[in-house]
Amino acid sequence: MIWRRLLAIAGAVFCLANAAADPADQLKNPAQEAHARALFREIRCVVCQSESIDESDADLAHDLRQLVRQEVAAGASDAQVKADLVGRYGEFILLKPRFSFANAALWLSPFVVVLLGAGVVFLRRRPATVETDDLTEPERARLAALTDN
Amino acid sequence: MTAEFGSFALILAFALSLAQLGLSVGGRWRGSAALSGAGEGAATGAFICTAVAFAALMYAFVTSDFSVANVAENSHSAKPLFYKITGVWGSHEGSMLLWCLALTGYGAVLALAGGSLPARLKASAVAVQGGLGVLFLGYTVFASNPLMRVVSPPVEGHSLNPLLQDPFLAIHPPFLYSGYVGMSVVFSLALAALIEGRVDAAWARWVRPWALAAWSLLTIGIMLGSFWSYYVLGWGGWWSWDPVENASFMPWLAATALLHSATVTEKRGALAGWTVFLGLVAFTFSMLGAFLVRSGVLTSVHAFAIDPARGILLLGILGFAAGVGFVVFAWRAPSLAPGGLFAPISREGALVLNNLFLAAATVAILFGTLFPLIRQALSGDAVSVGPPYFNRTFAPLMAAVLLLLPIAPLMPWKRADLKGALQRLWVAAGLAVATAALSFALARPGQAVTALGLALGVWLIAGTLTELVERARGGGAHAGEVWRRLRQLPRGAWGMSLAHIGLGLFILGAAMETSGRVEAAKVLGLGESMDAAGYHLTLGHVGDVDGANYTAQRATLAVTRNGSAVCQAAPERRFYPASQQTTSRVTICVRGLSDLYMVLGEPRTGPAGQPAWLFRVYWNPWVRLIWLGPLLMAIGGGVSLSDRRLRFGLPRRAAAAPAAVPEPAE
Repeated sequence: MIWRRLLAIAGAVFCLANAAADPADQLKNPAQEAHARALFREIRCVVCQSESIDESDADLAHDLRQLVRQEVAAGASDAQVKADLVGRYGEFILLKPRFSFANAALWLSPFVVVLLGAGVVFLRRRPATVETDDLTEPERARLAALTDN
Repeated sequence: MTAEFGSFALILAFALSLAQLGLSVGGRWRGSAALSGAGEGAATGAFICTAVAFAALMYAFVTSDFSVANVAENSHSAKPLFYKITGVWGSHEGSMLLWCLALTGYGAVLALAGGSLPARLKASAVAVQGGLGVLFLGYTVFASNPLMRVVSPPVEGHSLNPLLQDPFLAIHPPFLYSGYVGMSVVFSLALAALIEGRVDAAWARWVRPWALAAWSLLTIGIMLGSFWSYYVLGWGGWWSWDPVENASFMPWLAATALLHSATVTEKRGALAGWTVFLGLVAFTFSMLGAFLVRSGVLTSVHAFAIDPARGILLLGILGFAAGVGFVVFAWRAPSLAPGGLFAPISREGALVLNNLFLAAATVAILFGTLFPLIRQALSGDAVSVGPPYFNRTFAPLMAAVLLLLPIAPLMPWKRADLKGALQRLWVAAGLAVATAALSFALARPGQAVTALGLALGVWLIAGTLTELVERARGGGAHAGEVWRRLRQLPRGAWGMSLAHIGLGLFILGAAMETSGRVEAAKVLGLGESMDAAGYHLTLGHVGDVDGANYTAQRATLAVTRNGSAVCQAAPERRFYPASQQTTSRVTICVRGLSDLYMVLGEPRTGPAGQPAWLFRVYWNPWVRLIWLGPLLMAIGGGVSLSDRRLRFGLPRRAAAAPAAVPEPAE
């Protein structure tokens, strides 16, 4: 796997973090810049150790940021930008996995746990009527006898 | 000679753990107090021997004995003494030895201080703890001995990663490891209870101090780690859903769920099976964390001492210990006696919901962390799971937990009146709604998530205070009486309230920091200035500084606000020649609960060719609450631990007459 090798290289080069705010690179339009920054957080710096391109100072992260900025400035939608990146680097580059069949287990499992857990709790609930405050007739009679004394 | 002596002690500790396992099993089997006592003695001996080995390694580090391979690889004679000492646990081998020290230490405390436990349960628990000791000490002795010599000692060591030369990072592993490994006693007690076939209120009470202590230490460990990444990694982030962070967070969540479910088992005898299950899960997650962190199977910004080959061994240990635990659980749990009954609307019911959502949140983190491995194995596709996933799954599930939190303590056991509990919370609810409205309309217009976060924080704090006051007020006592009663509340109640308030503070800080963060970056020449979040920074001077084992550029910035001086900042950019690494030393101006965070970036050339530097400045509002909150939570755990009713000795009486004294609702 190519990315494994890339990661091994990244182990040697520690990424001094967050150059995304470098004023020399920023887009002139603040709304577009903010939009690009939001996208940076969802894109992995593929040579770094678990960092987004928003945080990383690696050269590749810088290149990816410039690429995203250019596309955003050209009016590309989020989906287009991401599709381009996935085309080049594979799904590995997305920090937010797609909602796809292959990722269904990932996205659904926490909520399935809630439903399953609720189901188990509901099914295993024992009838609450076992615990009753009502006294039986003989008990009532005994109680009456005791309180009379 | 010291290293050989340490190696010998380590092997002896391994042998004593084997003896601990064998003798305790024999003692339990034959019902022999002598054999069990010998097992306990072996447990104490194993701890003493591990401590000797640990001391030997520490001595090798302090004296820079580079004939010991581990010291040569991870130390340097120019390193300050403090980092020589903390370098002991900076490597894979050293950190596993620290793990073993904690494991045998807990085993010794269990053997020596667990006097109130019934003999059979205690023997079984000491045996299980011994078994864990055999696994981990065996690993250390045979696969990862930190005291091995090298054939030709180098003149100088390879130094330690400069990022690790930091006081917070240096002291956080002992906290983290005593938290992780504290769960081993819970694991041992859970497995012992399954073997004995009896999980009742008394058992839950024995487990609680261990779980509380481990949880509190783990809370502090995670908090220190988070603080470290905040000011060392240089971009002001405090949590990035990195695999290593997740690995420490999963046992914490499991332990949190355990503390709550154990309360139900202790007070009502219910949820016994689930509590035992959580006890097994918590330590399994601890071991999973050790495996994930130390094997390098997942890439992480925090992974420093990794070794894939030995990772497989760790995975084997994890699989074996957890496998035995869960097989015994599957076999014995159905035979556990069912506990007390409760209506769905009751404190038990609320705690069941708490556990349900906590379990789901833990599954989200577990899946998010392991999913890249799973997909890689199944289809060969490389995928990433990053913060956006966790924010979308973990956050809503935890929000549900937080929403329920203040209601549960106001509900009585068995059967509750939801309307009554809610009515008493109307002030808290009003405050929360007002906070949300204020934040949404004025402070941070249009930011729904911030408004929701702040409202949840206020809801937790106000709701918890309501519960304290309600409990003290009873039928409507006057102020002096309320104060007197507040002081007389059990420590456990205070601990719970402190922890919940701490959580509320954390939520407030997290909500403010995440949304209110201001970031500015500018290239400054000498005498030039920049503005960030109302602060005015002027670059005075940039000079070279020589550290003990690094050289640095240091910038001096004068920070003012509205013309008056606030602080002098001196961020540095350090270069460590031994490892050829550059790191940044940020400067933080603490302004109340908020931070002005300043980073010196790389040198640039100004427009006229003059030297200039890139500066990055962050304004992090209320960020201190992110660490003060967890600190308060850990203090709450400590206060609860000091409750008289949890002290050793008392549980014996409680066990003899479980229902004799009706407990006040807690």
